[in-house]
Amino acid sequence: MTLEWIGDAILLLVVLPVVVYLLRGVLNAASSIVPSAHQIAVAATAGSKDLDATALLLTTQDQVQKTIEVAADYGGSLDVILDDAD
Amino acid sequence: MPAAGVVMIIAVLLIVLAVVYYLVSTIVALQRITNSLDEAITGVVGIIEKSAPVDDVVSSINTNLDAGVSLLEGLLVKKAGMEDAVGLVEGLYPGAAGEGFRDFPESKHTNAPRISEVYTKGTLTLARLGREAPIAAASPNGPALRDPASGSLAARALYPEARQGRPQNMPRSPIIGTDSPVQYVPSESPGVRKHMPVAVTASAPPPQPEESEGGLAKSGLAFLRRFKKDD
Repeated sequence: MTLEWIGDAILLLVVLPVVVYLLRGVLNAASSIVPSAHQIAVAATAGSKDLDATALLLTTQDQVQKTIEVAADYGGSLDVILDDAD
Repeated sequence: MPAAGVVMIIAVLLIVLAVVYYLVSTIVALQRITNSLDEAITGVVGIIEKSAPVDDVVSSINTNLDAGVSLLEGLLVKKAGMEDAVGLVEGLYPGAAGEGFRDFPESKHTNAPRISEVYTKGTLTLARLGREAPIAAASPNGPALRDPASGSLAARALYPEARQGRPQNMPRSPIIGTDSPVQYVPSESPGVRKHMPVAVTASAPPPQPEESEGGLAKSGLAFLRRFKKDD
């Protein structure tokens, strides 16, 4: 009979606090990850949205190519019109 | 049932309740983390997909721009010569001559002439438009690019010395008109003259256009002369 009371005391005073302490630590750790993961998701979404303008690089590429072609045409004409320095 | 057994059952129930509560809370937190990570993964995949062609496109743009720089530098050096080209760049961007041209390593060691003292600010601004063209927003308000006191004298150095230093030794400009000392007979076909022009002397008066051209005064000066004779 005494042993049963001792067992009850151990369950209530030792096992239950230890279980609560350990599980609470796990919960706190998991809860602390939640805002970090949310921030990562927001940053990734914003970064992906910022890169929407990369499609304009294709336009920039075409414009640069056309500009260089026009400059080359002007350069060719100037090469014909102007005398060389030497 | 003994009281100790009841207490034990209550203790076990408490433990089970605590375990259930904390485990359920942990599961909910992990589900939130999973959802957030799914969003993050979606965003990262979007970043990867959108940035995939950037390398090729930027490389292509850089290649075209490199070709443009080579073209303009080559044209400038070819037309202006290395010294004047370096001097022009130095006049536009003071200190830039030290960097030289990318395709002309010898330009780093070229002694840049002080072109900015000869050409006007407008000339340099036009030249600046042709190179990198930030249109020189600060230039109109900045210091004068040309020395106003000696700028016109410095411009003389651009021309042969005989023309600027001893202009009296230069041949005079030809006198044209019907009363010019040397008469040129109009040719019937381009490049073919009836005879070479001769100087008009006192014994040989200049031919009158009315006689040589059938009485038709085609030039204004001949018309005035005839008008005076009529008076």
